[in-house]
Amino acid sequence: MDRIPILRMGKFLLVTIQVDMHDRLAMQLQDDLTTQIAKLQARGVLIDITSLEIVDSFMGRMLVNIALMAKVLDAQTVLVGMKPAVAITLVELGLSLPGIRTALNVDRGMALLQASLSEETGAGEADDAGS
Amino acid sequence: MPVREQIEIHEQSDVVRIRHSVRTLAIELKFSVVDQTKIVTAASELGRNTLVHGHGGRCSIESVEQDGRAGIRLSFEDQGPGIADIQLALKDGYTSGDGMGLGLGGAKRLMSEFEIVSSPGNGTRVSVIRWKP
Amino acid sequence: MVRNVKPVVELLERSQAEILEEWLKEQQSAISRRGDLISDSELREQSSGLLAHMKAAFASGSQIDAPEWQPIRARLEDVSRKRATLGFSPSETAMFVFSMKQPIMKRLKQNSATLDDIFEVTDVLDKLGLYTTEVFQKAREQVISRQQAEMLELSTPVVQLWDGVLALPLIGTLDSRRTQAVMEALLERIVETGSEFAIIDITGVPTVDTLTAQHLIKTITATRLMGAECIISGIRPQIAQTIVHLGVDLGDVTTKSSLAGALDLALRKLGLTVTKVSNLKAKA
Repeated sequence: MDRIPILRMGKFLLVTIQVDMHDRLAMQLQDDLTTQIAKLQARGVLIDITSLEIVDSFMGRMLVNIALMAKVLDAQTVLVGMKPAVAITLVELGLSLPGIRTALNVDRGMALLQASLSEETGAGEADDAGS
Repeated sequence: MPVREQIEIHEQSDVVRIRHSVRTLAIELKFSVVDQTKIVTAASELGRNTLVHGHGGRCSIESVEQDGRAGIRLSFEDQGPGIADIQLALKDGYTSGDGMGLGLGGAKRLMSEFEIVSSPGNGTRVSVIRWKP
Repeated sequence: MVRNVKPVVELLERSQAEILEEWLKEQQSAISRRGDLISDSELREQSSGLLAHMKAAFASGSQIDAPEWQPIRARLEDVSRKRATLGFSPSETAMFVFSMKQPIMKRLKQNSATLDDIFEVTDVLDKLGLYTTEVFQKAREQVISRQQAEMLELSTPVVQLWDGVLALPLIGTLDSRRTQAVMEALLERIVETGSEFAIIDITGVPTVDTLTAQHLIKTITATRLMGAECIISGIRPQIAQTIVHLGVDLGDVTTKSSLAGALDLALRKLGLTVTKVSNLKAKA
């Protein structure tokens, strides 16, 4: 697998990480996402890690970097689907992933993104999010 | 009976292989899912260190036993530059530029036992064990 | 090691049945009989099984850790483990072996065995007795370990208070192992139920020290990483003081003094409210 696909959902981007990533693939994702956010002027990124069994310190740093870069480009990042075992291990590693919002699943994650968008710009904008 | 697997670490896909092999052995030894995750994550941290900072090396994965308890031992060895200040390297957040932060100290926290021998010019050897509760 | 095995081997060959009966009598008359825990027939079975292999083991003339003694060790392990689980004391279990001495010694003397021979046989039997005690210890430790695990499970109930709200009433002290179990149980339930709020009630936690606080913080962080929120309730004034004194930073986690208050907060955040039925009827 060469690249992780990035899907567009209205004003948001959706990334589903399913493979056991090696570092190069992770860096590639970082690049691709920032490119896409800028190109499509996306306002949010949803990263689905429901299938990830491991998040080590490199992955953790990459996720934080994505969130930071997205923020600079005026987009919010939401991480969804973290497995309990992964959460426990991350805490043990000392990683708390600051700057990344989290949600239990894709639905809630999307709701979170839409809610913060409508907060910011008033009710009208939120309706466009689905187009 | 100790199961021994040796994996040469020369590129990133080797670290992925190590993760898989460690996961398989952890499952065989009937570690809980949480413990499996901790062990594989530690292996990933140490494997990456060997590749990135040790400029390549080797890893050995084996099952061990003591006082009727089973465990997994992972050993990582490289002939790289070595670590000048081990205590510093173990501190959280420490980074030597390309991100060793959290790797070594993190791996130590995830495992039951941790041993490291390293000095400038003499490479690095890290050995960790996770015992079943 | 028994150098002159002939006397004892001959003895076992000639008088095995009699030795068995006397041995059983010794066991039954011993204060440690424990008829409440083990039946006569089972005692007989265990004893005759052991005696049957003794001759061959002694004949080898080797130490009890040699392979020739393996069948004996295996039987002793079996007996010892069973007794550890049943609740025998270590000495009651060791008496299984020691009570064999009397019938054997008596006959050795009758057959004019030398003092050395008697001493050597005693030595072997003593070692076997000690062996049962060692096995007993290990088996006991395993039982305790298992009971601890069961207790851990019982003491970490995660309750669903409402659709989306879980409660974890903690009772007792939070040590490292307990925290692990608690964390895992809570996080699994969060995934199962899709709950966004987890109320951790610490009314039943007597003291909070730095370690306990660290464990709590780990649980809170892990919950957050998964996409849910923790609310801590049941903080008594003394605990509040301790937390401040220790300089513990609970971060921005919300704390409420009561479980009810925490539930109220969670429901409000979920956009829910509790209304009296009569009010609704009145409106309708």
